[in-house]
Amino acid sequence: MNLIYLDNNATTKVAPEVLDAMLPYFKEEYANPSSIYEFAKKANHAVKEARGVIKDFLNAESEKEIIFTSCGSESANTAIRGVLNMNKNKRHIITTKVEHPCVLNLYQTLEKEGYKVDYIGVNANGELDLAQLEEAINYDTALVSVMYANNETGVIFPIEKISEIIKSKNKETKFFVDAVQVAGKIPIDVQAAGIDLLGISGHKFHAPKGVGALYVNSKTLITPLIIGGHQEKGKRAGTENVPYIAGLAKAAELAIDSLNYEMTEVKRLRDKLETGIIKTIFNSRLNTGVTNRVPNTTNIGFEYIEGELILLHLSDLGICASSGSACTSGSLEPSHVLRAMNVPFTAIHGSIRWSLSRYTKESEIDYVLKVLPEIINKITALSPYQDELANLKRLRG
Amino acid sequence: MWDYSEKVMDHYRNPRNVGKIDNADAIGEAGSLACGDSLKIYLKIKDGIVTDAKFQTFGCGSAVASSSILTEMIIGKSVEEVKKITNKDIADQLGGLPPEKMHCSVMGYEALEDALKNFDNMVDLDDLRNEKKEEKIVCTCFNVTENLIWDAIKQNGLKTVEEVTNYTKAGGACGKCKGLIQDIIDTYYKKEEESKKDEQTLSPAQKILKINKIIESQISPELQKDGGDITLVDIDGNKVLVKLRGKCSGCKNSHLTLKAFVESTLRETVDKNIDVIEVA
Repeated sequence: MNLIYLDNNATTKVAPEVLDAMLPYFKEEYANPSSIYEFAKKANHAVKEARGVIKDFLNAESEKEIIFTSCGSESANTAIRGVLNMNKNKRHIITTKVEHPCVLNLYQTLEKEGYKVDYIGVNANGELDLAQLEEAINYDTALVSVMYANNETGVIFPIEKISEIIKSKNKETKFFVDAVQVAGKIPIDVQAAGIDLLGISGHKFHAPKGVGALYVNSKTLITPLIIGGHQEKGKRAGTENVPYIAGLAKAAELAIDSLNYEMTEVKRLRDKLETGIIKTIFNSRLNTGVTNRVPNTTNIGFEYIEGELILLHLSDLGICASSGSACTSGSLEPSHVLRAMNVPFTAIHGSIRWSLSRYTKESEIDYVLKVLPEIINKITALSPYQDELANLKRLRG
Repeated sequence: MWDYSEKVMDHYRNPRNVGKIDNADAIGEAGSLACGDSLKIYLKIKDGIVTDAKFQTFGCGSAVASSSILTEMIIGKSVEEVKKITNKDIADQLGGLPPEKMHCSVMGYEALEDALKNFDNMVDLDDLRNEKKEEKIVCTCFNVTENLIWDAIKQNGLKTVEEVTNYTKAGGACGKCKGLIQDIIDTYYKKEEESKKDEQTLSPAQKILKINKIIESQISPELQKDGGDITLVDIDGNKVLVKLRGKCSGCKNSHLTLKAFVESTLRETVDKNIDVIEVA
């Protein structure tokens, strides 16, 4: 049985070139990059070069603005805590209802610590309510924190526009962007977009798990989350994870080279999958608008059936996807993102996220389109809502 | 990824007895679309025996497996036997379920209980003997009643709020009812402690007196409401010999009355080893 991996928003496979770039630093070049002797030079250069690559990847002004971290969560925690610690007199934060849990849970913790947090909503297409955002910014707002694109729906938020709104309302307010779901999928330009801080995670674009980066522009001051040595200009202590940093840089280089492919070919396959499903399966619905999404993601709800069961049947055929259903995660409530979008409860529990990568083959999409209708039929036959399903079929069939 | 047993996987891959029985003798429902899982069970009952059972389930793998195996467990069994099935039996038959998925087995139990309640105007004996008569909703997010939480604690020996959430979903969303759930757990174990003490301290003579008192004050009045009555004939250790009178004698549900009401009332209040036997 061949593996068909359509869960690339969860994690991606490590590109072979990335692994090759990492191996020397596990083997012969194991030196600590801070050491003084000649032997440490290669490790030291690897980190330096990687910083340059990530600078270009994000179009930062200077290498000094790049901090290597262990993951997207660390990048976000460093950015958010760091900004708040440097602006102790401001107690207000604005974020969205659809942020990744790694950020949302931090804001809930900060609320307990006395911060006031406003959560901006989205419409049925998953688009952010910019008027609500504009209204929420005040003199006390230390930070606005918005994800670049949503991990479950792929919907891209208008980062440049948001930055303009923020700066027009309060010049001191800092802007943090969680870009974990866009790195490698669309171009990022932190200067053009007016971003103060931006976090990425390696394993979402074919680097291994355990490495990430944070961009902090030179006008933004933060305190470190991890205190210790002088590494990363005192903003993140801990001996540099040289092999992983080298891997992250290689993955970024490959991502830059394949951006065009992502935005044309990966998008074409995603669209083929999406329209194929919507056309052939009567109780399916697209949970977002069609425009303004990262090219690899689609989120489709199957009405009156439950997502985990769909995933289990797909898994029996080697197909990997993920679900916003409660049952899948072990939490009892369905996806907070789909709830914020008011996806009808007939479809929310049966919502499946499909996320492709540049390694996805057309034959794999064809195979999914071939086997999925039968799986959905089989599960639909179990449903207690046969009358409702018959109605739906009449309406859409 | 859930660590599902082979049996669970077999049942969600090849569910048994799927569908609807058009002229079913009893239909039971549990859960709802909004909550993310729901189950409908249809029973065909002839001469007190479940001759056929079918189900329709909206839910995850373990919900389908629980429903499917439940139909297999009840076909061919008598209504009285079926009434004894608990959520734990369902989970055991499946070779166990992950803790977070135990509520799927509880949903099976709930739907079955609902079906039996609807069968043949059967008196809801459970409510008669329970002090917790009202269907008080504890968890408003998932519509979980106090009765269901109580049963889950009792049948599965649950000790913590987290376990109750795994088994019933109560407290799994907004979490506001967690304090209430803790209260129910505390009350349950306090009661159990008290009943244990009672058992230990009863002498044989006290036991006879207590059984007699419960029959006179609690059991007999309830039966009289339906035009029947009961007399205590003899007590031999844990064997309680009784005679049913009035409408109860010859009633086709009399065996059920005896086991599900008289016996369980005495087991709960006096001694859990009591057997009630009807004598002519």
